[in-house]
Amino acid sequence: MIELKNVSKTFTTGKKKVEALKDVSLKINKGEIYGVIGFSGAGKSTLIRCANLLERPTEGEVCIDGVDLTKLKKSQLRKTRGKIGMIFQHFNLLTTATVYENVARPLKLSKVPKHEIKERVDKYLKIVGLEEKKHVYPAQLSGGQKQRVAIARALAQEPEVLLSDEATSALDPNTTSSILELLLRVNKELGITIFLITHELDVIQRICDRVGVMHHGELVEEGSVIDVFTKPEHPQTRKFVFDEANFQVPDSVKKGLSATGRLVSLTFIGEASNEPFLAAITKKFDVVPSILAGGIDQLKASSVGKLLIHLQGDAAEVERAISYLEAQHVTVEEVAS
Amino acid sequence: MIAEFWTEWGTDITEAFWQTLLMTGISLAISILIGLPLGILLVMTRKGGQAENRVFYSIVNTIINIIRSIPFIILLFLLLPLTRALIGTTIGVEGVILPLVVYTAPYIARLMESALLEVNKGVIEAYESMGISTSKIIWSVILREARSTMILGLTIATIGLIGATAMAGLVGAGGLGDLAYQYGHLRFEPVVMYVVIIILIILVQAMQTLGNVLARRLRKD
Repeated sequence: MIELKNVSKTFTTGKKKVEALKDVSLKINKGEIYGVIGFSGAGKSTLIRCANLLERPTEGEVCIDGVDLTKLKKSQLRKTRGKIGMIFQHFNLLTTATVYENVARPLKLSKVPKHEIKERVDKYLKIVGLEEKKHVYPAQLSGGQKQRVAIARALAQEPEVLLSDEATSALDPNTTSSILELLLRVNKELGITIFLITHELDVIQRICDRVGVMHHGELVEEGSVIDVFTKPEHPQTRKFVFDEANFQVPDSVKKGLSATGRLVSLTFIGEASNEPFLAAITKKFDVVPSILAGGIDQLKASSVGKLLIHLQGDAAEVERAISYLEAQHVTVEEVAS
Repeated sequence: MIAEFWTEWGTDITEAFWQTLLMTGISLAISILIGLPLGILLVMTRKGGQAENRVFYSIVNTIINIIRSIPFIILLFLLLPLTRALIGTTIGVEGVILPLVVYTAPYIARLMESALLEVNKGVIEAYESMGISTSKIIWSVILREARSTMILGLTIATIGLIGATAMAGLVGAGGLGDLAYQYGHLRFEPVVMYVVIIILIILVQAMQTLGNVLARRLRKD
C-alpha cells in the first residue's frame, strides 16, 4: 500500500544542515494501522509528511500502490493525493466556514457532483457523530469535535489511506480515547489503511497493528505491537515501554534489593496473565518473591502484563524458579541495578 | 445663521463632497485591482511561498518600498508630466486619479500581503494534502480566511486615501480639501474650513465603523 524506500530528508538553513530522516524504509500493508512513535525531534513528523509529499524527500522513493510519488507530475500528484486523507494535530479547519462547509468545500473544489456532495457530507458527519453540529462554526466546537470534523473532511474524499499527524496530541485523555475509537472504526468498517505518528505510547497500544520506533531520524525498531512491547530491543524502545509501565524504581531501592536477591521483570501475554505464577513458584521452590511494580496493558490484539519482582532465596533455587517461569511462556529479564 | 451659511456655501460644499467621494471611489477601485493581485503575488513569491521567486519578489518589494517612501505631496508634482502624457490633463478629478493610484496601490499591496500572511499555514497545507490546486487554494482558502483582516486593511487605506485627496486640491482637483484651502485659508473664511473638517471627521468615522462592522461579521472565531 504505502512503501517508503530509503527515504532521507535534509533541511538546510543557511550553512546548517539538519538530517531529519536518515535512510528510512518501511512498508505499510493494506488494511492495517501502522504507528510510528518517537520523542519530539525524532523526525516522525517529517516522515509522515513525506508519505504524501507535503515534504519532498531529499533522497528515496515514496510509493503508493507501487507508484512512486516523487516521479509524478504536479497534476498527477494532486490526483493521487485524493486517495490519501490526512488529519493534523491542530485540526486545520477553515475558521470562516461552518462544519458542513468545511467538509463540503474540498469536495466542491475537487469537482464532485453537487448531489453527491450533500450525500457524502451527511454520511461522514453522521459517522463522526456531528450531524447535529452541521451549521456551527469551528470556534464553537471543542477540540475533539474539531478533530471529528477534520476526520469527516478527510473521509469525505473517500481515501484509501488516512495519515494522522499527532491527531490526538492536543486533546485530553478522554477525548483522545473517543478519537482513537473512531479511527479504529474507520479502519474496520471502511477498510481504510491508517498511518499515524504519535509520541503517546497509549495510541500505539490501543489501535496499532504494527509499530515503528524513530530515534534521531532513523527507524530503530519495527514489528508487531505485541512483539515490540514484550521484547523491546533498542534502548529507545525500552525507554518508551518501561517508562509507560511505571517501572521507575529509585536506584537506591534497587541497590538495596539486589544485595539480597535478584531483580527481574516478567512479561506475559494474553491468557498467561491470568495464571498465578508467583504463588506457584513460592510453593514449588524455596524463594520469596515480592512485587515492586506491575500492571496489565490492553493492546489491540491482546493484553500484556508486566511485573517487576524481587526474588529472594538461594541462588540455585532462584535460577530454577526463573527456568520454571520461562517454561510457562513468561519472558524474564534481569533488571540492572 | 445656518440657513444663511448654507445658501452661500451649500452648492460649493456639496460639489466638493461629491468630488472627494468620486476621487476616493475611483482611485480605491483601481488601487484594489492593482494592489490585491500584487499582495497575492508577494505572498506567493516570497521565500517558502507556493511559487517562490526571489527575483520577482525583490523587484516588486523594492519598488513598493521606494514609492511608499515618497510623501504624497511630492509624488503629486513628480507625476505631473506622466499624468499629462497619459491622461491628457492634470486638473480636475481625472488629473489626480493617477497619482492617487500610484500612492495607494502599493500601500494596499502591503496591507493585503500582511493580511494574507496571517492565514494559518496548516489550513493551506490541509488543502494541499487533499490535492487541491494552488489557484483554488488562493481563492477558497487564503482569501476567504483573510477577508476580515483584508477589510480592516482596506478601511485603513481608504481613510489614507481621503486624506490624500485633500492634498490633491493643490493641483486643482477640487474636493473638500481644496475647498477648505481655497476659501478657508486663502480667502479668510474659517467657518468654511471648520465645516469641511467636521464633514471629513464624519466621513472617516463612518468609513471606520463600516469597516469594523463588516470585518466583525466576516470573522467567525
